[in-house]
Amino acid sequence: MNERFVILLQKYLDNQLNSDEEKELFALINNNEKLKEEFEEQKKVQEVLTKMKLKNPSHEFWDAYWTGLYNKIERGIAWIAISIGALILIAYGSIQAVEQFFRDTQTPQIVKIGTVALIFGLLLLLFSIIREKITTSKRDKYKEIQR
Amino acid sequence: MNKKKLFNPGLTEREKMQFESLVKANMKRAYFVALGFLGSEDDAAEISQEAFIRAYRNFKKFDKTKNFFTWYYKILKNLCLNFIRDTKTKKNGFLEVEELNTTVDDPAEYIEKKELHEKLEKALIELDFEDREIIVLKEFQQMSYKEIAEMLKIPVGTVMSKLFYARKKLAKKLKGII
Repeated sequence: MNERFVILLQKYLDNQLNSDEEKELFALINNNEKLKEEFEEQKKVQEVLTKMKLKNPSHEFWDAYWTGLYNKIERGIAWIAISIGALILIAYGSIQAVEQFFRDTQTPQIVKIGTVALIFGLLLLLFSIIREKITTSKRDKYKEIQR
Repeated sequence: MNKKKLFNPGLTEREKMQFESLVKANMKRAYFVALGFLGSEDDAAEISQEAFIRAYRNFKKFDKTKNFFTWYYKILKNLCLNFIRDTKTKKNGFLEVEELNTTVDDPAEYIEKKELHEKLEKALIELDFEDREIIVLKEFQQMSYKEIAEMLKIPVGTVMSKLFYARKKLAKKLKGII
């Protein structure tokens, strides 16, 4: 499409054409049937769009908007704090349990070895998954689009 | 409006107040942009609020000398794109015809306008996101070409050209009505 025509057309639709540009636009249109059709089509769509507007909600909606946002922010922070607290307690509890398990002289050595292997395997798996996530995220061209 | 103070240990009192006033100054614009993209009032409120929450969490990273809405818009757009990709919600009459709010005496004219209104809504929602985006920003938000160019990080000429082709696609969808 004629780039100059597009610029002049947009200016025309926005009522921003000066008289020279207006002459230029109409000279283009009058000498080219295709451009004339494009011009008419764009004008019609613009007219229809001008008549429409996005629905405006009530005053109450706007009052509730900020309150709702405030509550969501507050609750989001509360959930983060709860998660951190739970994580610390679980980690502490797990360490205590493992310590007690290894101190226990009644437990057979083979069970202790098996438990160590299991815990080591789980930790390695967790580390591997986290590392993969981080590496993928760094290389991901579309990381701004959250999945 | 709520007088409660926002809680975030990472932000100073000044930053919290600044954020609050930025939300209040931009929330209508944010909601309407989301409404244009998503076509549902409930989803628009939900997603625009979620974008504000993410903006709040990252407010330290925001360069306070820059335009807040341009920064916020990136978050909002990504959330809307994800939402559109992941959900198929019912669009619930997000446009209104100004003339229909006043009395239209002729019933035939009323029906004609209502039909056009419904078809335009459908056509807008069926447009690709990029085309819808440019129409929402220019035609419904009345943003200038310069503002849109800054927000989308494209030259003004490209904005004009994108708008031209978006209108053209819309015209194709509205063929026989306009």
